[in-house]
Amino acid sequence: MMKEVLSMDHVSFSYQSEEGVTEKAIDDISFAVQQGEWIAIVGHNGSGKSTLAKLMIGLLFPDEGEVNVFIQKLSEANLWAIRSRMGFVFQNPDNQFVGSTVQDDVAFALENNGVPFTDMVTRVHESLAQVNMSNFHDHEPHHLSGGQKQRVAIAGALALKPELLLMDEATSMLDPQGRDEVIRVVEELKTKTGLTVISITHDLEEALLADRIVVMNKGKLLTTGTPTQIFARGDELEAIGLDLPFAMKVSRLLRESGMELFGEHMTEEELVNGLWTSHFSK
Amino acid sequence: MLEKMIFGRYIPGTSFVHKLDPRSKLSFVFLFIIAVFLANNAVTYGILLGFTLLVIFSSRIRIYFLINGLKPIIFLIAFTFLMHIFFTKEGAIIVDWKFIKIYEEGLRQGIFISLRFLVLVLMTSILTLTTSPISITDGMEDLLNPFKRFKLPVHELALMMSISLRFIPTLMDETDKILKAQLARGSDISTGSIKQRIRAVIPLLVPLFVSAFKRAEDLAIAMEVRGYRGGEGRTRYRQLKWHWRDTVALALLGVLVAALVLLRG
Repeated sequence: MMKEVLSMDHVSFSYQSEEGVTEKAIDDISFAVQQGEWIAIVGHNGSGKSTLAKLMIGLLFPDEGEVNVFIQKLSEANLWAIRSRMGFVFQNPDNQFVGSTVQDDVAFALENNGVPFTDMVTRVHESLAQVNMSNFHDHEPHHLSGGQKQRVAIAGALALKPELLLMDEATSMLDPQGRDEVIRVVEELKTKTGLTVISITHDLEEALLADRIVVMNKGKLLTTGTPTQIFARGDELEAIGLDLPFAMKVSRLLRESGMELFGEHMTEEELVNGLWTSHFSK
Repeated sequence: MLEKMIFGRYIPGTSFVHKLDPRSKLSFVFLFIIAVFLANNAVTYGILLGFTLLVIFSSRIRIYFLINGLKPIIFLIAFTFLMHIFFTKEGAIIVDWKFIKIYEEGLRQGIFISLRFLVLVLMTSILTLTTSPISITDGMEDLLNPFKRFKLPVHELALMMSISLRFIPTLMDETDKILKAQLARGSDISTGSIKQRIRAVIPLLVPLFVSAFKRAEDLAIAMEVRGYRGGEGRTRYRQLKWHWRDTVALALLGVLVAALVLLRG
């Protein structure tokens, strides 16, 4: 039985600019996230995806419409209770590291929520094991790589046993290796624990791994669908400033230069398979 | 040069002194500083020096390393010594050579005051060398807890201190990056008159401040969404534990104070 975790119901939000002109950053957006899903929200800079993240965690409240988290309308009154059931990973690995060592940082949210000391120790170690950082519990943040810091941030979120993990551009400041480490950890968590994941990103390679993609453009919801459905509309994605995955670009260029290839190729493997079988289907 | 300075540095270890609870170390040093002023003759100063050496010995920090690191302070101590020698005019004259007159009392005062200074510096250095900054913060928070009644924001102060400590390396890296970026643009901070050099620091400081504020904002958001609502109802992951050795250390200090009181002139 699918359970709804988060939903946006005709949500609009505008920032007040200095001249008093209001621009809609979010314009009438509705979608729902079910338990156990991995949703990627993609969009170019200025598409409103960061504002959307702020609405989900109650840093901003919508002008119109409702944000429902765990089937409750998000409001000042239930904000802290709802936040304690979700985990967050932000963009900058350094600026979200509060503790002076890895274990202190993982324990930070537990301390805030008044978890007793004996529970904390086991939960800190469990969550560090889940992100493969057990050997680093006494390390200081400046001795860690970006990818390791982000994994610590994930561990910090996991320690609270969240029902929803929200990642706001969590991999955009990492090198390719760090990015892979983080994505692998999230994938593993999802298959093992059935965690619901919302990842906000402009990286379509990362979005490929999601169950469903929500495409944003200029504050409006452009389309939602599975990666296959979304990437079938590659031109539209490029038109709104998104960078297509490498394999897709290669396959498009090959076709443009006259090679006969069938269908879209979203990953490198699919492309390779498409290439070596391209002559059989003649 | 900065590598040699040991002021404020922490050297991890497993000695008796390292293992002490930060609370006992902090109160030990605080009380020791007061006790130092009890000494007023050769015997009591001798005892003080002996006691300090005992502490250094049990911290397993090499004396050579300590002395080397304290060189800048030693100049200060020497200066104090000379000041006392030349400006105290009491007691019998022991050296009378041309215009230089050294009095007995001056020599005595000089030696005592320098010793007092040396002992204080050594003891506080041992504290910072054997206790990690974060433990010192924890200890301070705990010791200052009674002052919460007088509206002293103890928890907030301790959190501010630990976050500052945590961000020192981050901001150092940042400074280094900005410095290199400005050097690459032809900025020069190592030559020219003092005025020019101070001017050259401005393009270094402005971006550093801008980024520090940005970081502070990000951090505040991250803390808020992770449920931080002040010290109320918060539990602590870092637990301090008072061991028998902490009681022993304070008892030893008690013996020292008793000895000083009995033997002072």
